[in-house]
Parts: sequence; C-alpha cells; structure tokens
Amino acid sequence: MEKPIAPVDMSEHPISIKGLRKSFGDLHVLRDIDLELYKGENLVVLGRSGTGKSVLIKIVSGLLKQDAGTVNVLGQEVDKLTTKELQQLRLKIGFSFQNSALYDSMTVKENLEFPLVRNAPHVTRKEIDHAIEEVLEGVGLSQALNQMPSELSGGQRKRIGIARTLIMRPEIMLYDEPTAGLDPITCIDINNLINEVQERYNTSSIIITHDLTCAKSTGDRIMMLLDGRFEKTGTFEEVFNTEDERIQTFYNYNFTS
Amino acid sequence: MKKSGKYIISKKIDGVFTTLYDVYRFLLRFFKEVLFPPYEFKELVKQCYDIGYKSLPLITLTGFITGLVFTKQSRPSLAEFGAASWLPSLVSIAIIRALAPLVTALIAAGKVGSQIGAELGSMKVTEQIDAMEVSGTNPFKFLVVTRMIATTFMIPILAIYTGVVALAGSFINVTQNEQTSFSSFVESSLQNISFLDLFSSVIKATLFGFTIGAVGCYQGYNSSKGTEGVGKAANSAVVVSMFLIFIEEILVVQVVNAIR
Repeated sequence: MEKPIAPVDMSEHPISIKGLRKSFGDLHVLRDIDLELYKGENLVVLGRSGTGKSVLIKIVSGLLKQDAGTVNVLGQEVDKLTTKELQQLRLKIGFSFQNSALYDSMTVKENLEFPLVRNAPHVTRKEIDHAIEEVLEGVGLSQALNQMPSELSGGQRKRIGIARTLIMRPEIMLYDEPTAGLDPITCIDINNLINEVQERYNTSSIIITHDLTCAKSTGDRIMMLLDGRFEKTGTFEEVFNTEDERIQTFYNYNFTS
Repeated sequence: MKKSGKYIISKKIDGVFTTLYDVYRFLLRFFKEVLFPPYEFKELVKQCYDIGYKSLPLITLTGFITGLVFTKQSRPSLAEFGAASWLPSLVSIAIIRALAPLVTALIAAGKVGSQIGAELGSMKVTEQIDAMEVSGTNPFKFLVVTRMIATTFMIPILAIYTGVVALAGSFINVTQNEQTSFSSFVESSLQNISFLDLFSSVIKATLFGFTIGAVGCYQGYNSSKGTEGVGKAANSAVVVSMFLIFIEEILVVQVVNAIR
C-alpha cells in the first residue's frame, strides 16, 4: 500500500540531531549521525538488526546518553535537561516499544490511565474515562478495556501500546519496530494505524524498522542506516534506486525471502 | 583466543569492585529518593498488602510448626534434668530472641525476595521500566523505593506475628503434656524476656526486611540477558539475601550481647 501524502512543514524541526555518536565498549554503534525530522512527517529509519536504530530513539527520549553530538527535541537539548525538565519533555513524546511494554500486572484500562493519572492529577474520573474510550476507539479495541495484557494477541498489544502513548496527546511519536513479530495482515493494520495517528493527531514520527513493507507504507521519508551511518535519504524509490550493493542486498533479502 | 588465569582473576576482582560500587550507588539513590517528594503512598500501601498480608498463610504455618516442634524436641532434654517446667521460658527466649525474626526473614527472602527479583527483572527485560520512565514516572521511586520501604516495615510486623503464632504452637504442646494453664504459660514465657530482647528482635527484623527489599530490587532492577536474566535475578535475590541475613544475625547478636 502506498503512503498517503501528509502535510509536512519543512521549516520546523521537532527533532534535530547533529554529529551523534554512541559506542558500547569497543562497538561503535552510531557514528556521526545527522538527522532532522520535519513537522508532521513520518520518518523511517531503516537498517538491519543490531545497527543501532533503537539506540537512536532511546537517545532521543533520554533513556540513553550519547557519547558525542547534540540531540535537540522540541527546542531543548535532551542531555542538558534536569530530571524534572526531561520528565516534562517526555510527556510530549510517545514511545511505542518493540514488545509493547504493557504493564503485566495491570488491566488494559489501568495501563491506559497510568500516564494520565500520574501526570495530570487534576483530571477528573469522567475525563479519564472519556480519554480512554477515545483512544481505545481510535485503535479499534474498545472491547479490550478490562482484559489483561496476557489475554491479548501480539497485534492487539501493539495497538494498546500505541493507545497508551496517544492518551497524553504527544507531538512526537517514536515507533520501535512496530511490525516485528506480527503476521502480514496484522502488519498492514499496524501500518494503517501509524498513518491514522499521523493524520488524526498531527504527530511527527520516527519509525524504526527493518521491514520494507512497513517503510513503504508509512514513511514520507526514509533514511538508510548502514554501519552506524546514514548512507541514503529520500523517498522509498530514491533510496532503493541505487548501485550500492549493501542497499540492494537489503532490498532483495526483504522482498525475496 | 585463550585467556590467561591472571586475566580471568583480575577480571573477577574488577567485577566484584564494580558490583560493590553499583550497590553503593543504588543504596545512595534509594536514600535520596525516599526523602524527596512525590511520595508513592498508594503503591506503598499496595506493596505492604502484597508483602505483608499475602505472606500470612505461609508465615502462620511456619511459625506455628516452629513453636510446636521446637517445644516437642526440647522437652526430653529438659525432662532428663527434671526441668520440664522451664520449657515455656526456654522456648520463648529462643523464639523471641532468634527464631521469630530469623524464620520470618528466611521465609520472606524465599517468597518476597524472589518475587521482587523476578517481577522487576521481567519488567526490565520487557522494557516496562523504560516505558514507565518515558511516560513521565520515576520507575526507581515507583518500583524500588516502595518495595524497599514495604519490606522494611512489614518484616518486623510479620516477625512479631510469627513470635505470637510460634508461642501459640508451643502452648498447645505444653498444655497437652504438662496441663499448664494459658495464664501460667504466658507468665513463665515472659518471665525472662527483657525489653532489650524485644527491641533487638524488632531491629534485627527491620534490618532483615531492608536487606530482602534491597537485594531483590537491586537484582531485579539490574537484570539483563532476557529470561535467563530474570531467573538469575530471582535466584540471586534469595541466595544473597539469606547469606546477608545470617551475617547480620551474627553481628546483631554480638552487639546485643555486648550491651547486655
């Protein structure tokens, strides 16, 4: 499925990264990464497993610290923020984890209300219930309200994970491998949901994936990460219309295996 | 490449010191976080309920059997010297000074410590702790501080309860064999118990509770390597807690004896 054209404002950059480097011991994961996310766009970071894609968005959300370079999110340098400032900034960022990261001991309802109850203490019960109803409807899972995460399928867990981030109305969405481990039909559903979220909530998103179908269906722009560096940037066709053997191998492996 | 013995030993020593430094930082963070708001009262109450109330059946059974069996096993030796009437006094000293806090702590290390280690470990490897952090909640305060306070508060309460239940078990055995009334059992039980005995017992149980919480939380919060890491965290939470509990028992007994 082709990606519908989204209204992207190229003059605004909710996320701006310059000269980012990150190593784990002797392993240099990210080397001199530059990235600018435009307002309202879905930016897909493509690459093989273990190339540091997830590390990149963990640095953006302040879960990891970079070794060098600057990471500017909504006008603030993430590594220079105090704990409280970082906590405030995180409320504007939605993070959809690879394994959904739903709290096992809580029901779907408790999972969804958790960020709202804790960060907006003056919100009434009625407002919380309304917000839960709205996001659940948005992800098409109104019937799952009182279920435990263990009772949900992989695709449903992904949807609830996305709903939990949407309840805080984030300006930025970070998706970590949104289609990993899902069957092809559910993958299409999740890809559609990512596009719906972009359209309905006007979010700017970074989508980390190694799934080319997901990249093609959701990305306004694609950045190809190879050996810790962005080797190619552009639309899906621009990135894969190349002589670079590594990119061709990646393409062929995805679509022929 | 084969690593030399010297290299392996130096790596091990390095690992020990790194762990000690991590534990120091973990405890320092706990004391920092515990003092400053926001306070997680709701979660603390939930943890106290889970750790305290839900441990009651196991603690009741263990305490009761400990008192009953200890009395039964001690009787022949005392009876040999015609001192069976000293039984309530002997048993109560053993229970209040040593058995109640120790048995409670060992049971709690197995039940509560492993549960905390496994729960936090599983939350860590499934990124639930990261999810909590990015949703604007301090996971250390919400998960670690509440559990450590809950174990520190609840283990002494459970130890007092264990003491009472163990004495009840002892009473049943004594009354069956010596036809002693409840009031005289209580009187002879408390005859040789001083305030220092009770106080040191509660202090000991508090220390044990803090240890169980700290070890369980540290192992769980720092676990890695997927499901293997979760199992390791739960296992280490029990083994390390029990080891430390015995060390603390020896140290506290030395201090109390010096005071006495």
